[in-house]
Amino acid sequence: MVGKLLLRGMIAGVVAGVLTFGFAKVAGEPQVDQAIAFEAQMEHAHAHDHGDAAADEPELVSRETQAGAGLFTGVVTYSAAFGGLFALVFAFVYGRSSKLQARPLAALLALGAFVALAVVPSLKYPANPPSVGNPDTIGFRTAMFFIMIAISLVTMVLSLKVRKALVAQWGQWNASIAAGLLFMVIIGVVQALLPTINEVPAAFPAVLLWKFRVAALGMQAILWTTLGLLFGYLADHKLREQHSLAVAH
Amino acid sequence: MTDAVLSPIAEPTPIALGEWLPWAVFGGLLALLALYFVGSEQGATSLIKGMYVHEFVHDGRHLLGFPCH
Repeated sequence: MVGKLLLRGMIAGVVAGVLTFGFAKVAGEPQVDQAIAFEAQMEHAHAHDHGDAAADEPELVSRETQAGAGLFTGVVTYSAAFGGLFALVFAFVYGRSSKLQARPLAALLALGAFVALAVVPSLKYPANPPSVGNPDTIGFRTAMFFIMIAISLVTMVLSLKVRKALVAQWGQWNASIAAGLLFMVIIGVVQALLPTINEVPAAFPAVLLWKFRVAALGMQAILWTTLGLLFGYLADHKLREQHSLAVAH
Repeated sequence: MTDAVLSPIAEPTPIALGEWLPWAVFGGLLALLALYFVGSEQGATSLIKGMYVHEFVHDGRHLLGFPCH
């Protein structure tokens, strides 16, 4: 059964990836192009100041490929991988940590993943367009990004466990509010303590930065909504099949 | 028949951990490897020489929120 769920998670991931790619193409690529144009402009001005020729780096991969096959491969691989991980978490939680039916469980898990993996990390370390970011700090920025995601995930699991422990005494409603409050307080403190990273060039257009980040968050929203709803549907079918087989025998 | 399909499964039963674990290791490693190549290869760390992987997934990396360069 786990293998069958894993396959369905990856299928849902691929479908989610294709939709996310479509959105990224329409809503994200214009911002990437404008940011690259800004970068070229800055480099050009810089080269003039120093009197040396603008060093035109040879393109390893053309812009068309980056914005087409490259973007497609990146987004679909990312979605399929998260689809697989999502199915594994679902297979662990279903009937064990939660007695919810497959579809509502998948929907809630996807919502939780969207908050823990996309919303919370991007509040502290949002997506950056080309020309934002100092290449010398890539290691530090990557480490901080993954540390933020790890803390966010652990806090989400901890809050859900606290909620479960409180339900018997406080009831569903109050236990959920308490767990939500706990999550927000821990995340708030952690985000205040983690180092701030701001490498946006002073002249970078604010509206362009905003549009880029909204597009990046929109992609995550489409990905997790599709994944949660589609996987829920596929898993529900498979589990029912299994269940009716077991009952018939 | 329709009722039988739409009615909830009485009580969701957990999948045995012994069945789950090997799949989790297999699927988990595969997924993390895929995410590594999309997100970080030839960025913060590099297994393959050159910048081809980085340049190929460049736009996806930016839009998916990974620190790129």
